[in-house]
Amino acid sequence: MAGKLLTDDRSGDADGLYAKLIAAHRDLTDEQSLLVNARLILLLANHIGDTDVLDEAIDLARALPE
Amino acid sequence: MLATYRYPDYPYSRCVEQRESRPRRHPVTVIGAGPVGLTAALDLAAHGLPVVVLDEDRTVSVGSRAVCYAKRALEIWNRLGCAQPILDKGVVWKVGKIFHRDRMVYQFDLLPETGHKIPAFLNLQQYYLEQFLIERATADPRIELRWQNRVVGVGAKSGHVELEVETPEGRYITECQYLVAADGARSPVRKMLGLDFKGQVFHDRFLIADVVMKAGFPPERWFWFDPPFHRRQSALLHMQADDVWRIDFQLGPQADPEEEKKPERVIPRLRAMLGADTEFELEWVSVYTFQCRRLDRFRHGRVMFVGDAAHQVSPFGARGANSGVQDADNLAWKLALVLKGLAPDDLLESYDAERIAAAEENLGHSTRSTDFITPKTAVSRAFRDAVLSLAAEFPFARRMLNSGRLSTPTSYPHSPLTTRDEDAFEGGVAPGAPCVDAPVTIGGSSGWLIDALGGDFTALYFADRESVPEHLAADLAALGETIVPVRFTVVVPPTGKGPTALVDSEGLLARRYDARPGTFYLVRPDQHVAARWRAFDREKVSAALRRAIGQVSGRR
Repeated sequence: MAGKLLTDDRSGDADGLYAKLIAAHRDLTDEQSLLVNARLILLLANHIGDTDVLDEAIDLARALPE
Repeated sequence: MLATYRYPDYPYSRCVEQRESRPRRHPVTVIGAGPVGLTAALDLAAHGLPVVVLDEDRTVSVGSRAVCYAKRALEIWNRLGCAQPILDKGVVWKVGKIFHRDRMVYQFDLLPETGHKIPAFLNLQQYYLEQFLIERATADPRIELRWQNRVVGVGAKSGHVELEVETPEGRYITECQYLVAADGARSPVRKMLGLDFKGQVFHDRFLIADVVMKAGFPPERWFWFDPPFHRRQSALLHMQADDVWRIDFQLGPQADPEEEKKPERVIPRLRAMLGADTEFELEWVSVYTFQCRRLDRFRHGRVMFVGDAAHQVSPFGARGANSGVQDADNLAWKLALVLKGLAPDDLLESYDAERIAAAEENLGHSTRSTDFITPKTAVSRAFRDAVLSLAAEFPFARRMLNSGRLSTPTSYPHSPLTTRDEDAFEGGVAPGAPCVDAPVTIGGSSGWLIDALGGDFTALYFADRESVPEHLAADLAALGETIVPVRFTVVVPPTGKGPTALVDSEGLLARRYDARPGTFYLVRPDQHVAARWRAFDREKVSAALRRAIGQVSGRR
């Protein structure tokens, strides 16, 4: 079922985005990384604001095989 | 022994069943003389019923225990005429502060507006509260308190409940038409009836220390996450009466409760928090864990469970005693109407519906607070710490901060007793919600709306000056004759007059109820709104009144 979550390719620079995320964790302990990720999720979730989109993203993130 | 409090001794005495060696059948018996059982007894007596209260002990609560009482519980005691000594002795507060490490990240005010008789919150040691309620109950000839009366057998019969009671002089049998089980979290009645008490058990241990000190802290609720004096754990500070301060330390799941209670363990923790120069004396120490669970149903035939016997929550948010007192408030008028033959037995089903909804709400808040305060996994701790670190800067994260969502009264919008709005209201007090207070004058003296509500059904009619439709009082009297008594109260605007009218002296009443001339609120005996309209309509009021006493099943 098509929802509101946008899943088409939206980044102009996919390699750059991926590198940014990795760089955000450079030199951090696992615990520090967890904290940075949690802050990132909270900031982005608040920015998105739409609970339907968040519900879809959470469901999708959990449902995909490992 | 406590330095600041002397425990009263309530002596055992032989009761009528023992003297006559045969059972008597009482309309209502309450088991448990804690805050909830005593409130139930006082409320039932206020409705004119004789009440027997059985308690296994002969004094009040050992330790300060519950401590925090919310506006709604205080309003209930106000309705029962026993709030004054509580208000006089307790510490009124409304501001809470949350600290993360060494800085304050958030401050809240639980009652930012004026124009309320009763404060947002009050702290008082549970033993004082119980003592004041017992003094009031002792003065009421309809209440019989039986100390050192331990219930050892409960038998549900077709038309009554049979109790076997153990006393220092042996056992006796007593009967009641309805039993109110207010016998606490470990409820022997619940066990004797073999009822499941299901939910979630939390393993984190907490230390409570009551400390006597002359401290410079204000009367506010202070909560610390990961403070410098107690790293990676939380701490909580509350002021109580007699310069006693309640301090809570989270200890984690590994802590040894017996070791942690020792003064040589407790005092260094307190020194670290209070500073080396602060003089204090240790008054009482306890280590606890907690559970979030409830009975599937609070009504089992003629046995009604109230308070911790029916549901247990974490202490964060002060939702234990406060919700129990609301259980009593919800149950008493219903039992009274049923026992007087004014309402069908079905009305008691609504106790289940309304208070289970309330318990679910309290359990939800309580569980979420607990998850925030005691994160169970590395990821949940990371989210918690992320919220704390964002909260100082960003309002959105402040709203996720959860050091306990403090008890607010439960509304019953979906109750079978509530009549939904069919007229347009913008705010005001919605059907199912408890009435909001406002200042008024009556016959020239200043007073409060909540003092004019409760006990009976009340019709609150907002008039334009003195112009009340002539038929209105007669119509309400007729409804009172055929259904259930309704007290008629007229509210007039600040410029209006009338010897018995409530004058809306500051215009706050009309504003808080979104009232215009003609607006009509029907208020239940527990001060919750049953229905409201923009104009009086006898048929509609009649239907709403029947619904509110369980005569009409289904709802509109």
